[in-house]
Amino acid sequence: MSNRIINWFKFASPQSFYPLAGKMIPWFWALAVAFGIAGLWISFFVAPTDAQQGEGYRIIFVHVPASWMSMFIYLIMAAWAGLGLALKTRLSGMMAQALAPTGALMALLSLWTGALWGKPMWGTWWVWDARLTSELILFFLYIGFIALQAAIDDPRRADKAGAILALVGVVNIPIIYFSVKWWNTLHQGASVSLTKSPSMAQTMLWGMLIMALAFWMYSIAVALMRVRAIILERESHSDWVKELREVKS
Amino acid sequence: MNWGSAAEFFAMGGHGFYVWGSFGACVLFMIAEPILASGRQKGILRTLRRERIAEDLEKDTK
Amino acid sequence: MNAFAAIIRRDLLLAMRRKSEMLTALFFFIIVVSLFPLGIGPEPMLLRKIAPGVLWVSALLSTMLSLSRLFATDHADGTLEQLALSPTPLGVLVAGKIVAHWLTSGLPLVLLAPMLGLQFDLDASALWILICALLLGTPLLSLIGSIGAALTLGVRGGGVLLSLLVLPLYIPALIFGAGAVEAHVSGLGAGGHLSLLAALLALAVFFAPWATTAALRISLE
Repeated sequence: MSNRIINWFKFASPQSFYPLAGKMIPWFWALAVAFGIAGLWISFFVAPTDAQQGEGYRIIFVHVPASWMSMFIYLIMAAWAGLGLALKTRLSGMMAQALAPTGALMALLSLWTGALWGKPMWGTWWVWDARLTSELILFFLYIGFIALQAAIDDPRRADKAGAILALVGVVNIPIIYFSVKWWNTLHQGASVSLTKSPSMAQTMLWGMLIMALAFWMYSIAVALMRVRAIILERESHSDWVKELREVKS
Repeated sequence: MNWGSAAEFFAMGGHGFYVWGSFGACVLFMIAEPILASGRQKGILRTLRRERIAEDLEKDTK
Repeated sequence: MNAFAAIIRRDLLLAMRRKSEMLTALFFFIIVVSLFPLGIGPEPMLLRKIAPGVLWVSALLSTMLSLSRLFATDHADGTLEQLALSPTPLGVLVAGKIVAHWLTSGLPLVLLAPMLGLQFDLDASALWILICALLLGTPLLSLIGSIGAALTLGVRGGGVLLSLLVLPLYIPALIFGAGAVEAHVSGLGAGGHLSLLAALLALAVFFAPWATTAALRISLE
């Protein structure tokens, strides 16, 4: 048991994680591309035309995975941040910092594709629906996290402050979601509910799941790329960085 | 197969702008983000290499 | 408990000595609220409809103004470090500072709001609900805001950053606070909204001073 713990902690040091991440990145890219191609194939050539929404519904194959990822990434980011606060591992803060831009991008994509989906289906680019509104607020939370970390020069302090903000955000996300939902039902007259989806065909579900896997793999790959850069930036004065092959040549 | 011709495929039953706008934005951002990330990596590696060269020069002059 | 009362008294005394800061935030509130009819038009029906939202949004903004001062002056003159070193747990002192902040920035808003509500043609019962909602909601604003104030302490561009961090977290308070008055006006009854506000307040009373203390310790390192 103790052996295993030591092994895990070994990879928790930036020095040993840097080459490991480098080895993992191509694999995740390969998986992301493979799942992406399969997902695109299903979403355009296998999934049939929807009886009610025509071809426009195909946006669901990127919209739903992007929304899922935006939420998952926030949770994972907060988990890394909390871990960093509790165990004081250097890598955790770097992981949280590396994940934030990808999460913000996913939230942005979710909003963008949601607007493009809403226009042909419901006639407006934007409705103050509970899901849309809370996705927008989630985007604000990401921006706040990134801005706070960018404003603090000392990386250790930035990590800790960011961790507290991420944890406060995690506590608040369900509250925000339910308050927005409550607010939306009160104002039902003015808005259209996007929650009533037609019963989903089996192929659509598969397409969405495979696309979600592609988004997962993409997010992991790009976060690992960014964490490698962050490791080098923060550890630039340590000996192991100076001994790296990339630096020596 | 859903599509009779390429033109039909790109028209998306009249929703082409919305469908391609969504998929296009995803593809565009998902290409741009890794490029930015690898640019960051290359940037820091360049500075590290320069620092190293500067250190070597300092040693040589001593 | 003594220290708790002492820190409230001290902060109130300091606020009294620097009345202008407190009054600036208050007048900001009044001006922002008064700008809306000028921008939207003086139609009483419309004004009555937007009154709760306008009052609440203005309350959020004017709270933002005073938040950046919550710890900044104490941080600048080293008092905060002394407080952190004192035998009383920092959390108690932080709670005291939050109470004092509410007394100087939240409570005046609550007292002013009915007068401004009259400008928007709200009737007496709606004004009562507005007061109740603000009484429950403004402490919530001070509590959540204190986390942001502690996180941005001594950080570049702290004031703007503070609003970026805190305003999204204020959204539930805004929804339930403004919703209470709206629900009352439309005849639905404000009970649900007010109890949810109270629940949020209870939650924040437990967690916010704790999170603020953690954030302050990070800032002081």
